[in-house]
Parts: sequence; C-alpha cells; structure tokens
Amino acid sequence: MKRRRAATAFNTILKALERTTELPQLQLISEQLRDYFEVDHIVYHWVSGSGTQYGCGTYDDAWVQRYVDQDYLRVDPVVLGCFQRFTAVDWKKLNWTSKAARGFLEDAQAHGVGNQGFSVPVHGPNGQFALFSVNHDSDDDTWFEFIENNRRNLILVAHYFNEKALEFEPDRAPEATAALSPREVDAMTFLAMGYSRAQVADTLSISEHTLRVYIESARHKLGAANTTHAVARALQNGLIVI
Amino acid sequence: MIRFLYADELQAYPLLSHTMFCDRAFQFKERLKWDVTVDENGEERDQYDAPSLRPLYVIWERPDGRHGGSMRFLPTTGRTMINEHFSHLLDGQTVSDEHTWECTRFCLAAGSGTDVASTLMLAGSALMKGQGVEHFIAVFDAPMTRVYRMVGSAPKVLGSTGEGRTKTSIGLWTYTAASKAQLLSKAGISADVVNWWYQRKFGRASKAA
Repeated sequence: MKRRRAATAFNTILKALERTTELPQLQLISEQLRDYFEVDHIVYHWVSGSGTQYGCGTYDDAWVQRYVDQDYLRVDPVVLGCFQRFTAVDWKKLNWTSKAARGFLEDAQAHGVGNQGFSVPVHGPNGQFALFSVNHDSDDDTWFEFIENNRRNLILVAHYFNEKALEFEPDRAPEATAALSPREVDAMTFLAMGYSRAQVADTLSISEHTLRVYIESARHKLGAANTTHAVARALQNGLIVI
Repeated sequence: MIRFLYADELQAYPLLSHTMFCDRAFQFKERLKWDVTVDENGEERDQYDAPSLRPLYVIWERPDGRHGGSMRFLPTTGRTMINEHFSHLLDGQTVSDEHTWECTRFCLAAGSGTDVASTLMLAGSALMKGQGVEHFIAVFDAPMTRVYRMVGSAPKVLGSTGEGRTKTSIGLWTYTAASKAQLLSKAGISADVVNWWYQRKFGRASKAA
C-alpha cells in the first residue's frame, strides 16, 4: 500500500477530477485513485435525502447490484454510522454487532470487499449526503499506518468528489458559479497580477492571516486545489479582470 | 478525562451534558452577560446545539462525572455561527473551507483552571491532526483573550468590534508543534494520554481498555 510519494501524481488526479465534465469520468478517476493509493477499492456513494443513491467506484458490479437488490442501505453500518457525523471514521469503530450488520459484512467480504475501511462523510446543501470510502484487505497495523499517512489527501479528495457529483446533479439548486465577495476579488486580482502575499496584504491594508482567509474562501468557492489554480479559475470564469 | 461526543451521543451522559449546559448558562449569561437563552432546567442552548446540525463537543469530564470544560465544533462547509451572525467582523466575508472548523461555546466550569483549558486545547489539536483540519476559527470576547494567552495558544485575530471588555473578535488557530509542547506542560499530562483519548473515539479499535 501507498506510504508516501511526491504529491505530483495526486495533484494530477485532482486536476483531472476538476476538469471532469461527465458523470462516467468519475468512475475512471476512482480507478486512478485506487491505483495511486495502492488499495483494493475506492468508492463514492451518494445517498440523497429522498432515498435515491448514486455511486461509482471499484467494487465488483455483482456486489453493487447485490447491495441495491438487498436494500443494504438500511443495514450498512457505514452509512448509518456516518450520517450524523462530519468526522472521518475507521470502519472498525462502527457498530457491527447486530445480526443484520454481521450478515451484511459476511456478504460483502464474499463479494471481494476488504476487511479494512475508512470513510469520509460529506454533507452538501439541502440534506445531501455522501460517503467517500477507501477499502482494503490487510492487518490492523498496516492499515493504521496507511491511514495516518494519507488521511489528509483522502479527506481532500472526498470533498472534491462530492462537489463534482453535486455539479452533475440535475435537481441541484442554481448556485453553481459562486460569486466572489469584493475582498476575495481584490485578493485574487492582485495575486493574478503577480503580487506576493505580503504585497497583497500590504496593498489591501490587512494582515497576511486575514488575506489567507479570503484566499482560502475564494479557493473553496472556485473548487480549486491551490492558490494558483484558484487564480486560473477566477480568470477563466471571468470573475476577475486584469 | 476528555470525551469527544456528538449531539446525539450526549443523552448517554445525562449528568455530564446537563452540567455542561448549566456551566454554559453561568459563563455566558451570568458572567459575560451575553444575550443567550437559558431554559427552565438552567441549561443554555442555542440553535447550533441541534442534533440535526451534528455539532461535535469536546468535553473535560471530572472524576465525579461532571462537566469541567468544553467546546463545540462545526465544519465551516455547513451552517456556522460565524457565517450567520459574525461575518460583519470579516467585512461581510464568509468562511467555507473543508480544512477549517468553527469552534464555539468554549466554556470552563467554576473551579477549572488553566490545566483544563490547556487539556481542551490539546484535545482540539488532536482532532485537528487526526481529521486533516488546518484551522479552527472562533468568535471570542476580551476576557477569553487572557485565557488563551495564559495557556500559550493565542489566535491570530482576523477582525474585531467593540472596545474593552465587550470587544468581540474572530480568531484563527493553527496547529503548531511548539504550542503543543507548551500546552502539554500547562496541562500537566503526557501526549500519550491525549492521543489515547482521541484514538478511543476516532482511531483504531483499542484491544485493551
């Protein structure tokens, strides 16, 4: 399993995810992430308030079909345990004691689902809820070390995946291109002009820490991986002019 | 000991949660004179305590099972007090970032000192490290500035309003190894203990205990 590698490969996948324009491409990205992390499975599972579900990932098709047929959504301890949480969770911390849960686990493992799992719950607007999970077959120590080393990137990509999925959701409330606040526009404009952070902060008469909040917020609204990416997107979307 | 509890888990700890909400009433209503609501049981709660918003509490539980200090966390990607009530302190700016969590209702019970405050902040830093969070953002008023300074974990102030004792600010905390070392010495506990509290809730399943 993946320990640590240069961030380039991961950023390449994030950028591909960012550029994705069609739902089926998310499937491809999940496969790339599986290969990057060197794990058995990567799964994104959207469960809407209305009970509909959408998923993509590397689980066996037979298992996905089985999950739907058996209505495992009502039994799955990962879904039940994560819905009321915003913290990432290791599957072994969930409650698997009920007979139904144990049967579900047995069935899952018979379909190639590994014994270890880590899920990031993501809550979107209007009660939207999704889980981004990584699954693998290994002993506890190996698994724990993998999570320790990759937790931050897993949480990051979980949020990316969800934003992308929300973009493709036809019923989504029309708020797609978030407008930047005046201060965010100022900050991004000066950065686009090649100012350093210190120079921007100085020009706007704010501290670098305050500036950071504006940049981070703009970055989040733009769904960008880093500041450079955020500036590029702001320019591309016509949100700033230089 | 430190407990990490979501709103829907509080009911399993009736004494701990009742004393927490009562201590909050004393601190925010009686002492700081905030405009907060205290119910007939003497508990202070606001809309962000609603289980539907999934607030996460970090609580210091005394040996007798009562509340000694606490704080409440919400992800800034969802509804937060700062975005809904205090954005004027940031020029109308809102904060929405998966790596920034809001911390509110930082409360110390009567008799709890800097060791409890430091322990809470250590638990917060364990949460930060364990959940890939880079910043905590919080609204606080002048008297708390002194507490934060005493425990060696002063925030970067992003914006303020008011003067003197009624001055209200928004601050940003970042995890640093240096501040952690200082907190450990103020709290008088070892890093292993903090880690154990965290792992018990979020980490690998413990074989012992």
